[in-house]
Amino acid sequence: MRMPLLVLGLSLSTLPLLAGEGMPDDGIRTFTLENGLEAVVIEDHRTPAVTHMMWYRVGAADDPPGLSGLAHYLEHMMFKGTHNLAEGEFSRIVRENGGEENAFTSYDYTGYFQRIAADRLELVMEMEADRMANLAPPPASAESELAVVMEERRQVVENRPGGIFNEERRAVQFINHPYGRPVIGWMHELENLVIDDFLAFHGEHYAPNNAILIVAGDVTVEEVEELARKHYGPIPDNPDLEPRQRTVIAPQQAARRVEYTDPRVQNPYVIRTYLAEPRRPGDQDEAAALAVLAEVLGNGLTSVLAQELRVKEDFALDVGAYYGDLALDRTTFGVYVTPNPGVTLAEAEARMDQVIADFLATGVDPELLERIKTRLRAAEIYARDNIGGRARQIGAALTAGLDVEDVRAWPEALAAVTAEDVMAAAHEVFRPEASVTGWLRGTGEGVEPGEVVFDDTEVSGQ
Amino acid sequence: MIRSILAAAAACLLVSPLSASAAEPAAPVGERPAVRQDAERPGLQQDRERSAIDLEIVEVVSPGGITAWLYEDHTIPIVTLEGSFRGGAALDPMDRAGATALMASLLDKGAGGMDATAFAAALEELAASVSFSVTADGVSVSMSTLAENMAGSFDLLRLALTDPAFDEQALERSRARQLAMLRDEASDPHRIATRAFWSGAFPGHPYAVPPDGLPETVEALTREDVVARHEQTLSRDRLRLAVVGAISPEELASLLDETFGALPAEGPPLPGVAEAAVDGGVHVIEFPIPQSVVVFGHGGIPRDDPDFIPAYVLDHILGGGGFGSRLTEELREKRGLTYGIYTALMPNDFGQLYLGSFSSANERVREAIDLVRAEWERAAREGVTPEELDAAKRYLTGAYPLRFDGNAQIASQLLGLQVAGLDIDYVNERNDLVEAVTLDDIARVATRLLDPEALSFVVVGQPEGLEASDRVN
Repeated sequence: MRMPLLVLGLSLSTLPLLAGEGMPDDGIRTFTLENGLEAVVIEDHRTPAVTHMMWYRVGAADDPPGLSGLAHYLEHMMFKGTHNLAEGEFSRIVRENGGEENAFTSYDYTGYFQRIAADRLELVMEMEADRMANLAPPPASAESELAVVMEERRQVVENRPGGIFNEERRAVQFINHPYGRPVIGWMHELENLVIDDFLAFHGEHYAPNNAILIVAGDVTVEEVEELARKHYGPIPDNPDLEPRQRTVIAPQQAARRVEYTDPRVQNPYVIRTYLAEPRRPGDQDEAAALAVLAEVLGNGLTSVLAQELRVKEDFALDVGAYYGDLALDRTTFGVYVTPNPGVTLAEAEARMDQVIADFLATGVDPELLERIKTRLRAAEIYARDNIGGRARQIGAALTAGLDVEDVRAWPEALAAVTAEDVMAAAHEVFRPEASVTGWLRGTGEGVEPGEVVFDDTEVSGQ
Repeated sequence: MIRSILAAAAACLLVSPLSASAAEPAAPVGERPAVRQDAERPGLQQDRERSAIDLEIVEVVSPGGITAWLYEDHTIPIVTLEGSFRGGAALDPMDRAGATALMASLLDKGAGGMDATAFAAALEELAASVSFSVTADGVSVSMSTLAENMAGSFDLLRLALTDPAFDEQALERSRARQLAMLRDEASDPHRIATRAFWSGAFPGHPYAVPPDGLPETVEALTREDVVARHEQTLSRDRLRLAVVGAISPEELASLLDETFGALPAEGPPLPGVAEAAVDGGVHVIEFPIPQSVVVFGHGGIPRDDPDFIPAYVLDHILGGGGFGSRLTEELREKRGLTYGIYTALMPNDFGQLYLGSFSSANERVREAIDLVRAEWERAAREGVTPEELDAAKRYLTGAYPLRFDGNAQIASQLLGLQVAGLDIDYVNERNDLVEAVTLDDIARVATRLLDPEALSFVVVGQPEGLEASDRVN
């Protein structure tokens, strides 16, 4: 249910610089328990609150074939009880201690978090450890929760033309790879999921040597380590844990296209995504150049696409570019144009291509690049204000195969990007044979929803 | 707080970038619906010391008489400003609906002799952000700046507010985007339902029309309309300000006069308060989707009503709390009828609603509606149990401090309190007000607030089992 969209592309700059002179301590500490549990502590003593997160290195891309949606379904079932806590108890206890909680599933990770007064850290840690080791939901809850997941799918996919369109585009982008399946799962496969599926999945993947503990807020690393030893330390590792080996994306030799037409679509758009490399451990320079390229091309009014198609020419309602810098396998670089009414998507695509071709020929405006780098440096400072956001960025990076040092090095990598790097990255990424071009179109008829008149004479009283 | 709920749920937001629908890279889907971010929530009785809010908030009054609440904190070298001018789209003449939204979208599209691109570049050079948005009840302004660039950033804000170009070309671009947004919203089932409910509940009142206006009114807007809205909606007497971060009261005082001093002193009269008129029916708007989207509710309660806090606690127990609330238990946890159901008090300045919403598959929505009605009747009849009240208080008082987690959050809290008309000590008193709520209070407010006869539903979709006579369109 989250929409990180551009956030994924550019905010990733969240950790403060360590290397620069005079940069403050970033407050990040790490330790590892004997059973393999890695821990990251972010100290921030401004507010007497703490965010406690458990990240598992398993996500929808690890769903077994035929069981799409399983990792996400398990996420829901983690709230349904253990051998020690009845269904709903976990959440009730968090609430009655004034805490908030939730969970999220993506392709490469599944995460759980609570945000609560700092002196309640042990309480939530004890319960999180319990459901890592002792998940045991009642069978009836598995059935009703599956219905909830199906409603979720209807809400975020089927009820939205854009949701359907995105699913189709991914399927075409990632052939022979689980990134091509929806995180939430296909309806026809959700229907078949049973309790034994997620219990087996939990048993295999939810172990300390496949998990990352992140605690952020008004705590010290010593305090967290002591509590973690006590509650997570006794949980045995899974010696049989398999490395995350996924199938290799099928070689692509032709530009691919997806067109989806839906009467609900009012503002048609063209979007093209190119397969790209994400940040790699110890090797983030190319990714940094792509992240800056996305800013140059499509973030804000001063960017290339906006200047060409919205300022110099009144052609488009909206334009943009984005890059997903975190993924265990491959990622995408995307550009899109929502043209003015009356302009066809064929014209929009041609203009988008022309802008990119011109950009490849002329290069980066040095002043624009300088302003972007100013903005990215400042983003590091602004990001310090959002403690939960910092924790989340680290979790996403670590489950994508990076380590804390990579996270710390990312701002430097961004700062070091030159105009030549940006152009080299652009020439590398814009390969038609690695692209999927999508058209989302309406029927031109639109839909005319009716109005409601509240009137006593029309009362139906259901 | 209150204000932001309004904005969000009243479907009266402006400016959601169109790109949101276009670009959705590997988005982690599957998060359970978050507890409503801005609902009034919170805490712990034990360990009050630890969970209490200990913020030194000062009221800064500039030599020119402009007031702001300030929380000074130098941990991070940034400054955040949140402001709101009371009035907003509710001040738009009916045949000029959407004019204030169009005006606000143009404030940063050229000002002080700079065109839109030059203004954006100036902000980028300072690594600052300035943004404006409009709800029915207000024009909001937000600014973030590095402390070192404070003077320059406040000056850009001043130019946007007091010397916007309202360039004709920029106006046409903004109009096109506003019309595009209206088209998008006209095909978004949740927006359709929410707008239909507000339109139905407040006929003839500004709330009947979305803040972004209607296609025909937006088409007709002229530069003169925009200039008129600028002169009328941004006045000093309507301005509430919250500032957080690395800035002293003295620095702020002089920046307040420099930035806002040139605005008009007073705005035009505000609209009157309207009573919500609903009919207790189920109204279906046919729409080709597999899952029906439902918005339900009836009249609400003003923020300054003495029963507001008891009503707030009651709502938390009934539906506002999300997980753990009665409606979530009955619809989601026990029966899997929905991914999420929420309710919220909407104590808007010029008319109040008590609204809820959920989505259920077309073939199951009838059952879900029946359950909502049953829970409404049960709560009106029986109030809540002592255990429920105790649990609600623990959560609400314990979670309240979590809302003050970071400069940006503190700024939005401090603005919300002012917009709600609360005083500067409210932060410290608020948990006591929640603690003081008794079962009798809840029973009284349940009788007064909850009206099962009036509870009305707007259903957008292709619901099964709802009678044809209920159908609109």
